[in-house]
Amino acid sequence: MRRLFSFVLVISLFIPALVHAASLTAATKEFVLENGMKVLIVEDHKAPLATFQIWYRVGSRNEPVGKTGMSHLLEHMMFKGTPAYGSKQFSTIIQRNGGTDNAFTTKEHTTYFQSLASDRIGISIELEADRMRNLLLDPKEVIAERNVVMEERRMRYEDDPQNLLYEELIATAFTAHPYRWPVIGWMSDIASIEREHLADYYRRYYSPGNAVIVIAGDVYPEKILPLIEKHFGSIPPVENKLHAVPTREPQQQAEKRIYLRKETAELPYILIGYHVPPFPHEDNYALDVLSTVLSGGKSSRLYRSLVYEKRMAISAFADYSSFYRDPFLFILGANAAPGQDIEEIEKALYQEMNGIIKEPPSEREIQKAKNQIEASFVFAQDSNYSKAMNTGMFEMLGGWRLMDTYLEGIRKVTAAEVQAVARKYFGAANKTVGILLPAKSGKPEKKDKE
Amino acid sequence: MNRSFTCLRYMVFLLLMPALIFTPVVGGTSHAFSLDVDKRVAPNGLPVLQVERHNIPVVMVTLLVKASPLSEPADKAGVAYLTSKMLTEGTAKRSAAKISEDIEFLGASLDASTTHDFTTISLSVLKKDVDKGFELFSDILLNPVFREDELNRKKALITGALRQREEDPAFVAGRAFIKEVFGAHAYGRLVEGSIESVGRIQRDDVLDFYRANYCPDNAILSVVGDLTPQELNALVGKYLAGPSGWKRTCPAPQKVSGNGNAGTAPSMMPFAPAGLRIVPIDRDISQANIVLGHLGIARSDPDYYAVQVMNYILGGGGFASRLMRVVRDERGLTYGINSSFIGNKEPGQFEVEVQTKSASAGAVIDEIVRQMEQIRTGEVTDQELSDAKAYLTGSFPRRFETSRRIADFLAAARFYNLGDDYIQKYPDYIESVTKEDVQRVAKKFLHPDRYVLVVVGNQKQVELPQPQPPQEVR
Repeated sequence: MRRLFSFVLVISLFIPALVHAASLTAATKEFVLENGMKVLIVEDHKAPLATFQIWYRVGSRNEPVGKTGMSHLLEHMMFKGTPAYGSKQFSTIIQRNGGTDNAFTTKEHTTYFQSLASDRIGISIELEADRMRNLLLDPKEVIAERNVVMEERRMRYEDDPQNLLYEELIATAFTAHPYRWPVIGWMSDIASIEREHLADYYRRYYSPGNAVIVIAGDVYPEKILPLIEKHFGSIPPVENKLHAVPTREPQQQAEKRIYLRKETAELPYILIGYHVPPFPHEDNYALDVLSTVLSGGKSSRLYRSLVYEKRMAISAFADYSSFYRDPFLFILGANAAPGQDIEEIEKALYQEMNGIIKEPPSEREIQKAKNQIEASFVFAQDSNYSKAMNTGMFEMLGGWRLMDTYLEGIRKVTAAEVQAVARKYFGAANKTVGILLPAKSGKPEKKDKE
Repeated sequence: MNRSFTCLRYMVFLLLMPALIFTPVVGGTSHAFSLDVDKRVAPNGLPVLQVERHNIPVVMVTLLVKASPLSEPADKAGVAYLTSKMLTEGTAKRSAAKISEDIEFLGASLDASTTHDFTTISLSVLKKDVDKGFELFSDILLNPVFREDELNRKKALITGALRQREEDPAFVAGRAFIKEVFGAHAYGRLVEGSIESVGRIQRDDVLDFYRANYCPDNAILSVVGDLTPQELNALVGKYLAGPSGWKRTCPAPQKVSGNGNAGTAPSMMPFAPAGLRIVPIDRDISQANIVLGHLGIARSDPDYYAVQVMNYILGGGGFASRLMRVVRDERGLTYGINSSFIGNKEPGQFEVEVQTKSASAGAVIDEIVRQMEQIRTGEVTDQELSDAKAYLTGSFPRRFETSRRIADFLAAARFYNLGDDYIQKYPDYIESVTKEDVQRVAKKFLHPDRYVLVVVGNQKQVELPQPQPPQEVR
């Protein structure tokens, strides 16, 4: 049964924070409940819709050895009921109200979200507060859901050669940091997770002080905050001291290289990972611009060279997200075109990077990359979900106001800075190379044009 | 932006806040929803639909062209797709490189994509760059040159991507499934075509296809965002419908390729004969990728809405569906299972898609067939019916959240002749569905005795069920 009757109104429930002037965050307001729970509200009255998200600061980085995948399995279990609302009632109620709901887990955090008509957002508030506090974790349901996650792992990794290469690349690139294991977990670890492991983990991490609510859409703080206070305000703070990951990934000493041969692979595929610092490091902005210069569309350097001119790849890309709390990777990659040699492709990727190391990109390239990054933030403003996502992501990294800092940082990047980060991070000893080869041939195919 | 409200106001709010959050909402959307659509026809015959939205400084343009596999010769399968992809690969005054450079410098995007029914060209651009965006948009639409070398590049990229996708067992299963269901009909092949058919396409085929299909009277323009009707009229006049604009007229639409009866038969025939057809495809993988289904229903069929309600209950409603509840939540046999009826211009497919470890394939297939039987023979509950309706009507306004989604919706709604009052009428279409309708359409559109079953997986480990009716194994 629900027990929120004992709700007592607390004076000074919410501490409004400073508002940032005209910016992407101009419509964002911050409040903090007495139990330490932060609430971010992004008003947008364009349509009677809203997105509710709750972000927990827990992800695969927090898992103990032997229990990888626990954050993600717990995310699944959050849909399996409380005493008040039975298994899957959460989604049933949301859908009955015309909403959709889902959740995702990353290396850093676990996020639950619903999109609804804005006058139904109270449903999210009540249901999320309930499952923050009262999760059942029925042992039978744990076993069934473990099987579901194992099927998910088979689908996403075991039977997908490119994803498997990515998983192997990460596991090779990191020696000490828990980033080296996959969010979904290793198969044997998933199989070994029992109810009590999940219950301990839940108690430790699912608490008001370790969570942030983000609501974007047609809501008014003065109407929505009392509801939040009513349902979340009575949840006591957890005294548990959350431990940060103490491990610092040691500096890589030499190039690492793996080959994955799969019968189900059709074309060779390469990923090259370089260790880079996390946000907000001063180099992030230049790395972001570099990534866009290399891979922002068909006019970017990698497409132009490997796909268009040399016709050796069907895709070529840079993948860089600075949204990690500890140093993660800047990844270069490509899909070989049929009949093309993956080692030649690898050389061509280095050639592009070396081009920037030797000579800074043109002013126009830099300006184009900045335009692309900035426009993507403007386009994202049309969707409540995207706005809540951006707000939540920056909050996880250290504060939602960093969204403005971030764009200011991007605007200041110079061509010389892009060249400087290319020099600094893209050396041979800092890289891990992963190559997927079709097992049918056993080695790279010889060139034979049809 | 005054947020200095007092604690007292909280108390007042709390006292007034009714504890009625879970008031049942069966019976309609929470807000009467409508869109103010400005409709007109440009001087060159191009229909123009516009919604003004000034919430952010962006403009979203969708041009729907009635060009798809339905209007291409079967031996040149993929020419509709290839033609659309070639638009951005060179015009009379811009090279392929110049087009991408110009559009990407604006932080904008300009893409073409093709479905089984139509092609769309989409421009997403900041308001400040809208003139330049329209100029580029009209250039690729009106002046493509389809250079031979660019065509060969694009063909190599398309066939390379088709080869790479063989790695994805769900892709392989889906392709085998539509081939088996639709046979020679255009819906039976990939929009991209096959490696062989794309290889056969020559520059003249692309030119012919472009000339036959890319005309203002064969297209629909939809523009949503930070633009007034006057501004849009000026842009359309300047770049699309002016003296040097888009003036060609297309010949009368050609008859659908492959099957002369297409569009006439919302039943199993003539595409799929009776009986089970099982297509096993061997791959060294850990899961069986299963697609089970048969011919479905056209978008224009009056039963379309009853079918959507029925399918929501069966397998389309995510965690609210029967298939998900039984196969995932109760038995832990899959990460996801869903069923869908693809409501195309002509009858599309009904399909159930699921992945499960090889050893569970038989159990999952049995369960799917059992659930298809059950919804045909037994009534759905009041709760199931009201939940399905509440979701379908309640989620409808969310389809119109962003300018991009509105622009795409307006063009597609016009293409499928949904009517100018579709948005107002949609809740009634759903609300009027009864339990009897659900059972009736289940009987009419679900065929647990004559389906196509594709199983991509390790055939030594996959255990298929032993169906009662005679089966034809290939």
